[in-house]
Amino acid sequence: MTHSDPLLAGTDISVRADGKTLLDNVSVSVSANEIVTIIGPNGGGKTTLLKALLGLLPIASGTVKRKKKLNLGYVPQKLVIDRTLPLTVKRLMQLTGRYSHDRIIAALGETGVAHKINDNIHSLSGGEMQRVLLARAIIRKPELMVLDEPVQGVDYLGEIALYQLIETIRNKYNCGILLVSHDLHMVMRASNRVICLNTHVCCSGQPTVVEQSPDYQRLFGTRGLQTMAPYGHRHGHFHDVDQEESAPLAATAGGEPHSCTADHHHHEDHEGHHHAR
Amino acid sequence: MLDDFFMRALLGGIGIALVSGPLGCFIVWRRMAYFGETMSHAALLGIALSLMMDLLPFWGVFAISIAIALALYGLEKLDRLSSDTLLGILSHASLSIGLISLGFMAWLRVDVMTLLFGDILSITRGDLALIWGGGVVVLGLLLLHWQSLLAATVSNDIASAEGLPTRRANLVFILLIALVIAVAMKLIGALLITSLLIIPAASARQFARSPEAMAILAAFMACLAAILGLNMSLLWDSNPGPSIVLGAFLLFLLSLAVAPLARALRTR
Repeated sequence: MTHSDPLLAGTDISVRADGKTLLDNVSVSVSANEIVTIIGPNGGGKTTLLKALLGLLPIASGTVKRKKKLNLGYVPQKLVIDRTLPLTVKRLMQLTGRYSHDRIIAALGETGVAHKINDNIHSLSGGEMQRVLLARAIIRKPELMVLDEPVQGVDYLGEIALYQLIETIRNKYNCGILLVSHDLHMVMRASNRVICLNTHVCCSGQPTVVEQSPDYQRLFGTRGLQTMAPYGHRHGHFHDVDQEESAPLAATAGGEPHSCTADHHHHEDHEGHHHAR
Repeated sequence: MLDDFFMRALLGGIGIALVSGPLGCFIVWRRMAYFGETMSHAALLGIALSLMMDLLPFWGVFAISIAIALALYGLEKLDRLSSDTLLGILSHASLSIGLISLGFMAWLRVDVMTLLFGDILSITRGDLALIWGGGVVVLGLLLLHWQSLLAATVSNDIASAEGLPTRRANLVFILLIALVIAVAMKLIGALLITSLLIIPAASARQFARSPEAMAILAAFMACLAAILGLNMSLLWDSNPGPSIVLGAFLLFLLSLAVAPLARALRTR
């Protein structure tokens, strides 16, 4: 898969804040035409990793390599815009570049919010806002899209459609996609590589491999196994933020220390990391 | 025409207003009202410093405003205190240190009132040249960095990730605020400068549908406030600095009253 040079590659990245290690020797790379998904529990460092790769926060050690003049589209986890800033959807679409009206309509159409083009962004719902932000990243025809939980707040059917759209975009533009999700089942099928992150890389590899690794099952339980059918039935509710952490983790948190012995990954040096938070 | 002190005051006020309106919009959008306040209170310290070193007040104020802004950026990384607490500390500390050092320089008979509230009626042709010259520089830089600055205001993360020069834009922004404060100090005084940045922008918000429209409208509102205030001060022989602020406030109240009407007309 990685015969071409990666678009964005981080090697042995560590990030510390307030004396706490947020990321510990994490390596990740994305090449063209590849979907890499980062999963992991809350507080596992998924957003921190994206921000470190994008140069938005300082790294304590490691290197980040970015292809020269990389055309990148970024959808952050959340966007808070002060209400005193009058901004229509159309203007937001042109935040970092100028585009024709037709192209804006087309991009908004792809995410299903073309009819909102003249609306004030402060009148959008959370899900609509996510769709607009995704369209804003797509309109750039980026070589790499970096998406931090891009479909949060989007309704269930919309969520499936947007993930399918992300895959379609990859196929259409051959771009690389780096995706953070706390919901593996949705993105499983399309991903080329999954990285399970809990401060360090717990396991990584092809989705099927990751799903069967003991580390993954410790973090997420075994329910993933039943949902290998494309966009299959899901257990648990999307809006429940604590869901992923509560049940499966609590069961193992106080238990025996465990190592990361994922199939093709070498992180044996971590003995007994603390997942309890 | 420039021989008339009132005409000079009017031209000076309008010159400041044209710049403070658009720049004030960014202060409002970025929730930096208190930040601007702190920088302008520090201006008093700048005055004291330039008197001590026999410099033009402009340079002392400019340098101290920037120093305070940079100090704030450094202190914010401490993360233990919220930024509005920090601002409160620096704002009043610099104001007090400024007043105390002015008091020590008893040989200079400084009128503290004019420093706090300005003395627009005494502006000279030289001041006018500074105001309009500085104004052109500020507006030029603002236009040049408009896209990066606006993008960084909406989302600093998106703008930097997608390759816009946000760091430079943010630095230029601080520089522009310091410049406007240094120029406006004589006109309206350390205590009232931020009002000319914030109130016109807030009034413009009621009507604007785009950031650009809001910036232009704010410049217009600020000009109106200057004209209105100076005429009020002429009429009632009131202190011109506070009168300009009162003018801006009256326009703000008017905008609150008129805005619902304007919206109703638009949706019809």
